Amino acid sequence: MPKVKIPRKSTAIDMTAMCDVAFLLLSFFILATKQKPPEVLSVTPPASVSSKAAPDKSILITLTKEGKAFLMLGDDTKKGEILQNINDIKGIGLTPGEMAKWKKAAFIGLPLGQIKSSLNAAREIPAGQLPGIPTDSTNNEMIDWMRSITNVYAGTDQKKLEEMLLVKGDNAALYPSFKRIKEAFKKNEIYKFRIVTNGEAVPVGSELYKKGNTK
Amino acid sequence: MAEMDTSSGGGHKKGPGVKKSKKLSTRVDLTPMVDLGFLLITFFVFTTTMSQSTAMKMNEPKDDSTQILKVKNSGAMTILLGKGDQVYYYYGQLEADKLSEQFKSTSFKEIRELIVAKKKATNIDDLMFIIKSDKESTFKNAIDILDEMSICDVPPGHYAEVDITETEDLLIRRTEEANNIR
Repeated sequence: MPKVKIPRKSTAIDMTAMCDVAFLLLSFFILATKQKPPEVLSVTPPASVSSKAAPDKSILITLTKEGKAFLMLGDDTKKGEILQNINDIKGIGLTPGEMAKWKKAAFIGLPLGQIKSSLNAAREIPAGQLPGIPTDSTNNEMIDWMRSITNVYAGTDQKKLEEMLLVKGDNAALYPSFKRIKEAFKKNEIYKFRIVTNGEAVPVGSELYKKGNTK
Repeated sequence: MAEMDTSSGGGHKKGPGVKKSKKLSTRVDLTPMVDLGFLLITFFVFTTTMSQSTAMKMNEPKDDSTQILKVKNSGAMTILLGKGDQVYYYYGQLEADKLSEQFKSTSFKEIRELIVAKKKATNIDDLMFIIKSDKESTFKNAIDILDEMSICDVPPGHYAEVDITETEDLLIRRTEEANNIR
């Protein structure tokens, strides 16, 4: 009987196609992920089980470890109006040139009285050394800021503004500093806002967990 | 493809004296490159989903002195937040002669069970958690306790943040001193 010859096939697979796919996916993920804006103020927010993502366009109040408050106006269309409004109300007396310069600032972390001089200063103050917006009970400038913000957003939906207002606080910030910010909101009849937190899974076995599972 | 025809000139006859050059394969093993590609993909996928920040809703009550909510003593539980992540609590109203009995200290780990127990033991209409933050408690504490309320599925309107009173502040100080918390 003649022997049947089985042709020997190589076990090496052409990896080129797989390599292409891998790098295509890689480049897709790199390009598709949004770049986080560089954070000048380092703050570690507390965790919560809330699953709603924080909005991008927002009015963000950052509360640092030391209890300093900073304001970030993320809505570029209204930023100029807000700054103009507070300039007019509080009589800071900025020239149009200074206003334009102020509009470029990433965040506000100075008392209103020091803004004019800092805009004209040759050297910028490093973020870590900024005093923050004063929120003391005697001189709570956050109230003025909130008033200007509500003034500018007066025409738009109140709910839309509420969704934009974010407070991001550091874990170690003391409660009274947070309370003073809440007071600033309340003084301007804002009763709803949001807190930026780190997402956290619902603890297994808790009431909320059971509720989510039965639904 | 990474293959190339290297067998050119197969039928071509070479003259005498022409040295036969060794033919090297141009095929490269791409397996390590694929490995690297997928490793990077997994890395990016994991790091991007982890750092998602979320927003928690906050509803503040209006400061209206004409609308004071009356709470039944049997349904109220007051949770106090102190220095060093300490939690204190009492049920109903503080009574001067039974302070030490009523005022108890606990921690964030145990408060969940207490909240759930209180919620189960009380008629839902009477239920009220009163949260008071001491001036030395942190932002984290204030958020954690509100988060605890949503974890325990306490319906909105059945918990509220209230300013701390002097008596309570004094009680916290005294307990802190006794327990040596700084």
